[in-house]
Amino acid sequence: MSTDTQAFTGGFSDPVFQSQSVFRKLMDGMARPGSIHTVEHDAGQPDPLGAAAGAIALTLCDHDTPVWLSAGFAKSAVGEWIGFHSGATITREKAEARFAFAEPGVTPSSFGLFSLGTQEYPDRSTTLVIEVAGLSEGQSFTLSGPGILQSKTVEIAGLPEAFLRLWADNRPLFPRGVDVILTAGRSFLCLPRTTKIVA
Amino acid sequence: MTADLATYNFAYLDEQTKRMIRRAILKAIAIPGYQVPFASREMPMPYGWGTGGVQVTASIIGRQDVLKVIDQGADDTTNAVSIRAFFQKVADVAVTTHTKDATIIQTRHRIPEQKLTEDQVLVYQVPIPEPLRFLEPRETETRKMHALEEYGLMHVKLYEDIAQNGRISKTYAYPVKVDGRYVMDPSPTPKFDNPKMHMSDALQLFGAGREKRIYAVPPHTEVVSLDFEDYPFEIQTFEQDCALCGAHGVYLDEVVLDDRGGRMFVCSDTDHCEDRREHGHVGAMLAPNQEAAE
Amino acid sequence: MYVAVKGGEAAISNAHRLLADRRRGDRSLPSITIDQVAEQLGLAVDRVMAEASLYDRSLAALAVRQSRGDLIEAIFLLRAYRTTLPRFGNSVPLDTAAMQVERRVSATYKDLPGGQLLGPTFDYTHRLLDPSLLTDEEVDEPARKPASGEEVMRVSDILAHEGLIEADGDLPQDHEAGDLTREPMEFPMGRDLRLQALARGDEGFLLALGYSTQRGYGRNHPFVGEVRIGEVEVEMEVPELGFAVSLGRIRVTECQMVNQFKGSSKAPPQFTRGYGLVFGQSERKAMSMSLVDRALRADELGEDITAPAQDEEFVISHSDNVQATGFVEHLKLPHYVDFQAELAMVRKMRADIEAARAADRGENEMKDAAE
Repeated sequence: MSTDTQAFTGGFSDPVFQSQSVFRKLMDGMARPGSIHTVEHDAGQPDPLGAAAGAIALTLCDHDTPVWLSAGFAKSAVGEWIGFHSGATITREKAEARFAFAEPGVTPSSFGLFSLGTQEYPDRSTTLVIEVAGLSEGQSFTLSGPGILQSKTVEIAGLPEAFLRLWADNRPLFPRGVDVILTAGRSFLCLPRTTKIVA
Repeated sequence: MTADLATYNFAYLDEQTKRMIRRAILKAIAIPGYQVPFASREMPMPYGWGTGGVQVTASIIGRQDVLKVIDQGADDTTNAVSIRAFFQKVADVAVTTHTKDATIIQTRHRIPEQKLTEDQVLVYQVPIPEPLRFLEPRETETRKMHALEEYGLMHVKLYEDIAQNGRISKTYAYPVKVDGRYVMDPSPTPKFDNPKMHMSDALQLFGAGREKRIYAVPPHTEVVSLDFEDYPFEIQTFEQDCALCGAHGVYLDEVVLDDRGGRMFVCSDTDHCEDRREHGHVGAMLAPNQEAAE
Repeated sequence: MYVAVKGGEAAISNAHRLLADRRRGDRSLPSITIDQVAEQLGLAVDRVMAEASLYDRSLAALAVRQSRGDLIEAIFLLRAYRTTLPRFGNSVPLDTAAMQVERRVSATYKDLPGGQLLGPTFDYTHRLLDPSLLTDEEVDEPARKPASGEEVMRVSDILAHEGLIEADGDLPQDHEAGDLTREPMEFPMGRDLRLQALARGDEGFLLALGYSTQRGYGRNHPFVGEVRIGEVEVEMEVPELGFAVSLGRIRVTECQMVNQFKGSSKAPPQFTRGYGLVFGQSERKAMSMSLVDRALRADELGEDITAPAQDEEFVISHSDNVQATGFVEHLKLPHYVDFQAELAMVRKMRADIEAARAADRGENEMKDAAE
């Protein structure tokens, strides 16, 4: 399929209920960091966007939420697809983006170029959706913080190497900071800015 | 003109509005206790009557949900009945009065007596979300105070209260600190319910429609009622047991029986009370003979 | 034997049935039609459209009838419907200079191009109850004059010609008008949002605030440059067509208040403006709005903020009558859980005082006994 046609195909077949279902998993995921959720409904997203990332885009993005894409996504049909189905504009300015989508293996040099919100309005920060090789496999990490009873161990395969360092820089900015959703195919887990991660 | 008046989306709100509220909810969970501004919509019920809670519920509810709505702890208070009927009409969802069967519980002024679970969401209706509002009426000022974590004024106010009354006389909407950072208004629940917010298994969402704010307490999160070492926080206690089910250590409503000072105390949580009675618990008023119950 | 109150649902449904009965009233009288409300109670319909921010005379008339004439209730009904409507885009700014004027008065000039036009006003009616309205007497056709084609130029344009009034504001090129019904409110707010809040604000509240500025609480020396009422074209740009198409005509009331002048090192002395624009015919609202708009510009114009009408957060936070009525009236909802908490606290505090007094008395008696 050419990139042109890919952009206009897909989307939820039953947007009202499918986006509700994806949102409830996101809400539960944000409330219980590290819990792994699986998206059931097909968003028909173009390669190389993952199924969970595609469903999240359709659930949360619209013309009020500029979206930033990593280089690999930016040169694919992903931008047009998100634009066509959600109405979101694609921006090259990280600081403008309400959502950012990154393909596997891409390491952002810093979270600081994304919007971190302000001390008065810390909610005005970017949510990063980062695709990794796998969840429930790979290296173990221990999570703690609000939403987690004592601590929780998660396995993540292919987490960018610099991630932990960037996350460690993000945490002390609280209440400012980015929030992250890690996706792997149909699965995802959430890392709100309050979560502490130890390798 | 009239024919197309009554076509509303599932759960009343349009999808764009739901998305906006959903984004606000996710940020609220990520910043526990912080009030996220949102573009509250005009709802078909009055401001101050639960429009914030209704918008939150409408944005999270799905076909599989079972909804419970309480006001003052009771399922049968008129406003609770009205909100429950609204969701039956616009979302066609299952409703219940049983706390344990509900997946979403929308509440005004109480937290159910029964411990909530991981599979439940508690949605609070909030009139004034700003805990500092009674100290400072200006949003521009209170926002700065939160930004700078400048809560000294709140402590001064509570201490003045002690100086004047010998105790902190605040009995409801008692301010709490969430995860050691934001001071938050728990909505006008009696302070009796504050400890239930601490390390709750359930997600707690707060919606203030008129004031256009959403905030949240994730599960397993520290919620501490503000106090002083020499004046520790304490909750209300009742000398009586529930006259209907004999429950002790629950929040009770005072019911006036006559004009000669006759009164009785009954559970404010009506489901809790009914459930206990179904399980054979009997209070003084319902005992076959008064002595047996005493 | 105590039985807990039940049957909320039945009570609500019976209350609504009684409400419907009272709304209908005496069945031997014909019920009023929506057209009758729209035609004969037109100013009530105008107010509902203005404060609901929705221009639809039939729906507003329906709301007036449904609310039994309670206009704030009618505004509420229409707003709750408005929320559910899809948004197609923004119109281009109304050109009130091109208004088909039905009424136009200026207090600042004796005569001016386009003339003074009284139009359908209550002004100069002697407020004597009119017995002819008790019956359905024939009403004369209005006197009409053919359109002169003369441009009814705006007073602000006359002053602007001489550079004697401040320019019409300067928004950035790419500024998109805000909408406080779609975005969270934030203070301080832009004048566009502020004017929107005032346009849908409660007429009585704005009237009182405007009045307060005249009595010295934030005085701004107003002159009615002009008030004009009439129909204007609403147009919308259609990108595909490359030009604006007309969506229809609406009736509006516009007030341009010309206020005290001030000079600075940068600007020579000139008059300042307060602006009011509302749906339908409502001079009272448009004039009050322009007084309050001017008062709220205190900060922008470097004036001291000393009065309620100049306080943006205070004015805008309390101007919405649907919000206000909801919150004031919510006090009648049950609050017995909180009241119980207060009751127990007051009893406890009184018991403490009694106990302390008793202890004092005891000590005194012991003292007496010892002496």
